[in-house]
Amino acid sequence: MIDVKNLSKSFGNHLVLNDISEHIYPGEKVVIIGPSGSGKSTFLRCLNLMEYPSSGVITFDGVETTDPKANIDKVRQHMGMVFQHFNLFPNMTILKNITLAPVRTKRMTKAQAEQKAMALLRRVGLEDKANAYPSQLSGGQKQRIAIVRALAMDPQVILFDEPTSALDPEMVGEVLSVMKELAAEGMTMVVVTHEMGFAREVSDRVMFMDEGRIVEQGKPNEIFGQPQHPRLKEFLSKVLY
Amino acid sequence: MENGDPLSFWQECYVKFYEAFIEADRWKQYLEGVGTTLYVTVLALALGIALGVVVAIIRTAHDQQRPGKKNFFLGLANVVCKVYITVIRGTPMMVQLMIMGFVIFSSSRDFTSVGILTLGINSGAYVAEIIRGGLMSLDPGQMEAGRSLGMGYIDTMRFVVIPQAFKAILPALGNEFIILLKDTSLISVIGGKELMYAVDGITSRTYEQMFPLLGAALIYLVLVMVLTWLLGLLERRLRQSDRR
Repeated sequence: MIDVKNLSKSFGNHLVLNDISEHIYPGEKVVIIGPSGSGKSTFLRCLNLMEYPSSGVITFDGVETTDPKANIDKVRQHMGMVFQHFNLFPNMTILKNITLAPVRTKRMTKAQAEQKAMALLRRVGLEDKANAYPSQLSGGQKQRIAIVRALAMDPQVILFDEPTSALDPEMVGEVLSVMKELAAEGMTMVVVTHEMGFAREVSDRVMFMDEGRIVEQGKPNEIFGQPQHPRLKEFLSKVLY
Repeated sequence: MENGDPLSFWQECYVKFYEAFIEADRWKQYLEGVGTTLYVTVLALALGIALGVVVAIIRTAHDQQRPGKKNFFLGLANVVCKVYITVIRGTPMMVQLMIMGFVIFSSSRDFTSVGILTLGINSGAYVAEIIRGGLMSLDPGQMEAGRSLGMGYIDTMRFVVIPQAFKAILPALGNEFIILLKDTSLISVIGGKELMYAVDGITSRTYEQMFPLLGAALIYLVLVMVLTWLLGLLERRLRQSDRR
């Protein structure tokens, strides 16, 4: 579904991603772990061109997204993204946050979008917040809304960029359970996270990144059960204490 | 009181006040002057905002282009905007007015319109930088969130970035409007018939400056206070979504 060939990205002289080639299959749940500064967020952000790769080719559903002539807005309409800091639009109500993109991109009429938004809000148990503003919500609620906002576009894949890192510990669970539900429904997901429990329980494949490369990857029981690479062993010993 | 006796201080004040405002219905001249002042302010403001918005968007859009996909025309427009801002901010308002009035439009008799044009062009440069500052200071995550949903640059700007930036820049913008209102007094040097022009006319008849100048000062003060009050109302309205 997403094919990455020889992807490199540097900021100035600093090489953040070093020649990565990877493929993400439909329905797969991929979790990316690794120390901070290892390039995992940058890798994720390259997939929907939030960061523009320095070199390499990314193909999504047969469309070469790194081609300068590609219509990147069209591509992103099929690729949701959930951010660490939620990035809800504080100047509009929750309902407007969710319906803005589907309506403006002409994927749905206003009535359809609102109907869909309400259905999604009901699913995450926040239908009573439809007319609230983001500043009235807790972090966990904001992140659940952000997931709903991404879902409202009917994406084929959702990219999660450390979705629980900015949350109070008490609120992590409610966001993870929404993500688990999504996973169970077969959504393709690429998740950058420090939640090892989530990685172990939900993912089909865990990638461990360090210094701009995917150092090791495999099924979660392999990665957590029999890590091979010394860097991964060291990382896990520090994370799983 | 005998003929030829010197007047007391208060009597003299009364006479001067009478000459400055009441004799020959001179208060009407102040009113006409204020009318022109407001007219010039509103039109120059509109021109300044229009210019400022366009320049700010060109400059911001240019700076936010993704590397490797630079647009040549946007680059050209950006250079033009930069030159405009540099020249306007680098020269005094009075010099700009005199160049426009006595050199570029030296054959025009419509001094007020020349004044509006000059003030609008001047204000546009400052408004552009205020707006650009607002657009750049907003959390980049807002733009990213809009774009990640597949909305275009223009839609994201229009619905997400600009409404939030507007709220942030309102105090600075209000400040610029107040300066503009007071700067209209300068167009009397090229013959614009606003409030200070009326004051000049009256003092040249009565040879007395205190009351006309104090009167003008008071009028400007009241105008600025009303404008400040209106801006305060607008600001409070816009902040409502934060406080709920």
